[in-house]
Amino acid sequence: MLKDVLNEFKLFGFKLGFWFAQQGSMYVFVVLIFIYVRLMNKLDKKYGYDK
Amino acid sequence: MINSILLTQALTVQTWTYILVGITFSLYIGIAIWARAGSTKEFYVAGGGVSPLANGMATAADWMSAASFISMAGIISFAGYDGAVYLMGWTGGYVLLALLLSPYLRKFGKFTVPDFIGDRYYSNTARFVGVICALLVSFTYVAGQMRGVGLVFSRFLEVDINTGVVIGMLIVLFYAVLGGMKGITYTQVAQYCVLIFAFMVPAIFISIQMTGNPIPQLGFGSELADDSGTYLLDKLDGLSTDLGFAEYTEGSKSLMDVFAITLALMVGTAGLPHVIVRFFTVKRVKDARKSAGIALLLIVILYSTAPAVAAFARTNMIETISNQPYTTVPEWFKKWETTGLITFKDKNNDGLIQYVADKNKNELVVDNDIMVLANPEIAELPNWVIALVAAGALAAALSTAAGLLLVISASVSHDLIKKMINPKISEKNELVAARLSSIVAVCVAGYFGINPPGFVAATVALAFGLAAASFFPAIILGIFYKRMNKEGAIAGMIVGIVTMLYYMLKYKLGWFDDVLPNKSEWWFGISPEGFGSVAMLLNFIVSISIMKLTPEPPKEVQEIVELIRIPSGAGEATH
Repeated sequence: MLKDVLNEFKLFGFKLGFWFAQQGSMYVFVVLIFIYVRLMNKLDKKYGYDK
Repeated sequence: MINSILLTQALTVQTWTYILVGITFSLYIGIAIWARAGSTKEFYVAGGGVSPLANGMATAADWMSAASFISMAGIISFAGYDGAVYLMGWTGGYVLLALLLSPYLRKFGKFTVPDFIGDRYYSNTARFVGVICALLVSFTYVAGQMRGVGLVFSRFLEVDINTGVVIGMLIVLFYAVLGGMKGITYTQVAQYCVLIFAFMVPAIFISIQMTGNPIPQLGFGSELADDSGTYLLDKLDGLSTDLGFAEYTEGSKSLMDVFAITLALMVGTAGLPHVIVRFFTVKRVKDARKSAGIALLLIVILYSTAPAVAAFARTNMIETISNQPYTTVPEWFKKWETTGLITFKDKNNDGLIQYVADKNKNELVVDNDIMVLANPEIAELPNWVIALVAAGALAAALSTAAGLLLVISASVSHDLIKKMINPKISEKNELVAARLSSIVAVCVAGYFGINPPGFVAATVALAFGLAAASFFPAIILGIFYKRMNKEGAIAGMIVGIVTMLYYMLKYKLGWFDDVLPNKSEWWFGISPEGFGSVAMLLNFIVSISIMKLTPEPPKEVQEIVELIRIPSGAGEATH
């Protein structure tokens, strides 16, 4: 979506928009899940549901 | 040492394939014997005691099918930037799974997805609709896997494609029937290791060869190794435009369509019964969340390498065969020609291979599916690497096929027989029924593998569309909307799946017209691959409107829905 703007920038040999589409988005997904797991585990502990 | 090197070089690809496939298959069978299932609980959910790491690995292998291993890099290789929809769609689905589905479904504590639908919507009609959807999704998916097995066998062991399918069937039969979910889980752990190794080794080799960078993810953004100082992707853009193709790093699909396809694939992934059921096998709700994260991490290892492989393969292929005389093509070219997956027709009789975008001048057609399999040969890697890729492709296809067969047999023995036809069936007989139905399922799958119906190419898209259109809304509303009742859910699932089937049949297979309707007739310009998103929205709308007109669900059910949100006290999965 922001591809054309991002493609103006270059990260080494990648056009940035292309990199986000084929690489970056996936890394973001992984990070998202692990953040969620951490937050939920914290919540569980706070309310005593971690038993 | 020298002897062994000589030996290594003397072995042909075929011998290496026999050795590696033999070793991996005996490993799977060994695990199956070790992990025999003794109870229905072990058969359906591996006893519910799988660790998050093992479950993450099994989920990754379960999920990564022949399509991911063999076809995906090939599709990206030909589609360039547009190929990103598959990468984002298939990985993004796990975010939905981890955040919205897996922990809650684990808490609900059931064996199968139709089981959840049937109990949450207090109705055997809903359960039955669920079973039908699960069978439709799983059978369309499994046929493609068996075909993949046949393809690999026929190319690398040079046996008949049908013989290949039968060998694959026997192996899956053996460990799925004997071990049930328990056997499948631990073989999938082994299969994950095999397939990821088989995918990464050639990718790393080629990355070093082409760019000098051992990490493929960085390699395809690096400069070429020939000291020219050009970046690989710039070179590929150049090669593509020279031949009349669009630039590799630019897209050609409409924004609307990209969005629709990505959404359909994400939601479809989250609604696939064989993926969801994997999260019923862990001990605690906490573990369900964690293993979804691990699964995605392990999947991304392969998925982030695939676009690199795609770019390498495309560059290599164009450089090796474009404008070369047909008489001097390498051996792999001839071998794939015999399988019919590469075709060459010398239209202007100059003896050279013209590979260009213009359909009237183009003389070479290369099937998407062979890019990964042929890639190591194109790059002239050692024989054992080529054989390794064959073993990896088999691991990917077999692990997914086994997971799907389990969904099919559990839907039949647990949901149809135990919950609907004969509730008094003893556990022992239910186990027998489960094993019998997986034998029948393997035979049906094998039949479709040997006699592929004309729509095999469309099956993956179809399966995702169907899963998105049927299960996802029913599950989400079942978890997050207390007021959701059976009337709404049943109507929604039926409307969703019927619309999706109609659109697929009309616009992908052309059943209702003499010729396949043109792109311009697509509703809202959305391709059949992306239509799952529209059918899913329709399902949501129908479910909610019907729900408003019909009575509330019973009090007990509403209380259960409240309880699902509390993560603690997830008991054992029960009948």
